[in-house]
Amino acid sequence: MTAVITRPEALLYDGVEWDYDKIKRVYDAIEHIALKEMGLDVYPNQIEVITAEQMLDAYSSIGMPLMYKHWSFGKHFARDEMMYRKGYRGLAYEIVINSSPCISYIMEENTMTMQTLVIAHAAFGHNHFFKNNQLFQQWTDAQGILDYLEFAKTYITHCEERYGHAAVERVLDAAHALMSQGVHKYPKKRSDLRTEQRRERERQEYQDQTFNDLWRTVPKPTAGQRPAKSVSERKKLLGLPEENILYFLEKKAPRLEHWQREILRIVRHISQYFYPQKQTKVMNEGCATYVHYQIMSRLHETGQISEGAFLEFLHSHTSVVFQPEFDDKRFSGLNPYALGFAMMQDIARIAEKPTDEDRQWFPDLAGRGDGMAAVREAWANFRDESFVLQYLSPHLMRKLKLFSVRDDAEDPYLLVDHIHNERGYRDIRKKLARQYDLGYLEPDIQIVDVDLAGDRKLILQHRVTNGVLLDESDAKAVLRHIANLWGYEVQLIEVSAISEAILKEHAVTAPSGVGVV
Amino acid sequence: MNIIDRRLNPQGKSLANRQRFLRRAKEQVVKAVRDASGKRGIQDIENGEKVTIAAGGVREPSFHRASQGGVRDYVVPGNKEYVEGDTIQRPDGGGGGRGSEGSADGEGEDEFRFVLSRDEFLDIFLEDLELPDLVKQKVKQSESHSLTRAGYSVSGSPANLNLVRTMRNSLSRRIALKRPKRDEIRELEEMLREAEEAGEDAEQIQALREQLEHIVLRSRRIPFIDPIDVRYNRFESVPKPIAQAVMFCLMDVSGSMTEHMKDLAKRFFMLLYLFLRRRYRSVDIVFIRHTHEAKEVDEETFFYSTETGGTVVSTALEEMQKVVQERYPDSEWNIYAAQASDGDNMSSDNAKSATLLRDVILPMCQYFAYIEVAAEHNMGLSALGRETELWRTYKQVQSPERPLAMRRVRSRREIFPVFRELFAREKAGA
Repeated sequence: MTAVITRPEALLYDGVEWDYDKIKRVYDAIEHIALKEMGLDVYPNQIEVITAEQMLDAYSSIGMPLMYKHWSFGKHFARDEMMYRKGYRGLAYEIVINSSPCISYIMEENTMTMQTLVIAHAAFGHNHFFKNNQLFQQWTDAQGILDYLEFAKTYITHCEERYGHAAVERVLDAAHALMSQGVHKYPKKRSDLRTEQRRERERQEYQDQTFNDLWRTVPKPTAGQRPAKSVSERKKLLGLPEENILYFLEKKAPRLEHWQREILRIVRHISQYFYPQKQTKVMNEGCATYVHYQIMSRLHETGQISEGAFLEFLHSHTSVVFQPEFDDKRFSGLNPYALGFAMMQDIARIAEKPTDEDRQWFPDLAGRGDGMAAVREAWANFRDESFVLQYLSPHLMRKLKLFSVRDDAEDPYLLVDHIHNERGYRDIRKKLARQYDLGYLEPDIQIVDVDLAGDRKLILQHRVTNGVLLDESDAKAVLRHIANLWGYEVQLIEVSAISEAILKEHAVTAPSGVGVV
Repeated sequence: MNIIDRRLNPQGKSLANRQRFLRRAKEQVVKAVRDASGKRGIQDIENGEKVTIAAGGVREPSFHRASQGGVRDYVVPGNKEYVEGDTIQRPDGGGGGRGSEGSADGEGEDEFRFVLSRDEFLDIFLEDLELPDLVKQKVKQSESHSLTRAGYSVSGSPANLNLVRTMRNSLSRRIALKRPKRDEIRELEEMLREAEEAGEDAEQIQALREQLEHIVLRSRRIPFIDPIDVRYNRFESVPKPIAQAVMFCLMDVSGSMTEHMKDLAKRFFMLLYLFLRRRYRSVDIVFIRHTHEAKEVDEETFFYSTETGGTVVSTALEEMQKVVQERYPDSEWNIYAAQASDGDNMSSDNAKSATLLRDVILPMCQYFAYIEVAAEHNMGLSALGRETELWRTYKQVQSPERPLAMRRVRSRREIFPVFRELFAREKAGA
């Protein structure tokens, strides 16, 4: 009667329950496909089984296995827990950490098929991406991150014991507010997190050694004696303009204690560590989704998983890559899984079975054969913005029926300026790429001037593009934080990037009572 | 590949963060809890509570663009009918969810919602309240004791020897008295042997021998561990408090008690129950209702069945006395009682009730709370100065040394404040 051709003896597992033997078997089968057939290159894997409870815990500390203590993590935990308990939101099936060994958390509630999917997705998909993408190679230190977090955690606990919760919380609050402004966007020197701990100690020792109480007695020059430096000279000395606000404060804020600078540094390093992830959401998820889809299909083809298991996989896979249309009430922007997966498939298609249009648009890629190699190349060398700009094909734009809308606050209507046709392809592609460009998404804010010899007022500048100003109340709150760290007045000027005209000014006075002790 | 089972790792890694968060939002949470407890039904007071607080204190600001103004471009999927140059009506509420901006939380900017666990809720709810006479006085004569650590002593049984302390003392004594180290002795012995083998002159050998003798003697005189070094863990026996309580709910159920009044009484009983539950490991409840006669009943009957008849309060007190004698000897139980009534009583019974309360009930109770409930719209005859029969009767009994408290309650909203007032932690020095 039955037309199922699978041979039950070849199945890796049967039923929904999982155990360690099954996971081991499945892992080996997946590893074979991933490394031998797909040519992936991964960090050693460490798979950790956790409960839903622990998954919630992991959520709240931004997915890291260890993290210092701060109330904001508790806040996120409280909200995630409520959402989960009330059933508004499920939990992720997995969390994966960019470290070596690469740690993937899987939940005990998952069925065996889900565990298989998760291992394929996280332990091979994300893992390969972390190891091979140039952004991650350039910016993150997978070997050192866990040790560094351990150091950060103990250091901050130590500070709390020594200087009190309130004082540490104040610094952390301010540092968190500036987290997005705490990354170096252009590489200066490759940072090695392992040496960070040593350097912290050395800095402290050096300061202790070179302390000489006599300096206190040296008469300070009066104002008249020092020749006033020119503005440009002054800026050069301080390394201005500087867009890494946390870095500037850590190095130059006049009233911070050593431990406060170190906390800023810790937050800055963590922010920097996450910077590539922010820039590669589509690619990272697309890569992992493409990998798990290939692996699961392959397992099914070779008769290693049952029809039932494959159906269960397809069910969760399709809900992951579901893209509601713009007029759907479920629509909340482009789904990175959907776009990423569709683009990966599209690249493989163009490489293997190109149409004439593809040949015209992608002369180097079309018909070169070996789709997997083409996809691997893309994973290694791009970030979301450049990836979309390079690979989004007219074929896919038609499939997704993309169109672009211009929202000018001065017009009563929204304008559809491009649709998926010959005239619109390039513009849509350009605009979509911009939507993923962090340099464009995040406001361009820089420290432009400070007169250390004068009133020490810190001046920041926001270069406004497209007339979109900063959110006023939040900007004010962040300025307050900056003023607390800086210790003196802080001013933020919003100027038009085109005309240099001043559009708006915010100012915050020096913290009263000199809060920095 | 490694598989690690982390399921048995300590749970609640975020607890410390959560506490920090609650501490940060303390004021707002307390306010939210007070509001919530005013609104909710008494049955579910024990459940956790979803509270909404203003986001002000727990806001995490960052530099980001405003959601209004300027020129923005969006690329969205699902075009069905638009061609270039079409215009679309601006959706209500700004961007209408399109684009990458907007609150990532999916909730309003101004408020933050989360669920307090039952314990957290009750902690805040019952904060600053203290039970009168938490530990039964009788305990002082009771036989039950437990041992707790209480520092160190110089005498004790070998089983309680504290090695760390002992060795520390020994070490410091040995250093202070310059006890020769074993290595020094060995070295000297070595030198002596070498000297003998080499056949050096006798004088030198003699000097070495004497030196060796001297330090061996010294190390013998100064023992490695001296009795004065030895320290023992000291334990003290502490009387174990009685950890069980019984709570008597007495209520007048005669016709004059309306549903509203019963509801008020029920709320008060529930609060008291919750409160006791937090302080004692086990809490029994006894429900006694009375008209002109009193009966012990189950909870359902107590609150929901109606009876007719006159009102004789002393019957309830007698019933309570009977139950205590039968089942809850006051040497083993902490006894709490709460009585709710509209204040009616047969005038002939007043004297008897007063005597019973003063001589029998109050001496065995930790606390006796009398709640007089009144109809809500009846803005209080008592407010006009007319006191009810029972109120006047009990007032005679009331004195500072007796654990009797009396309050009037008219509406639901007053229940909690009255409760707080009754159990408010006494000021220091009071």
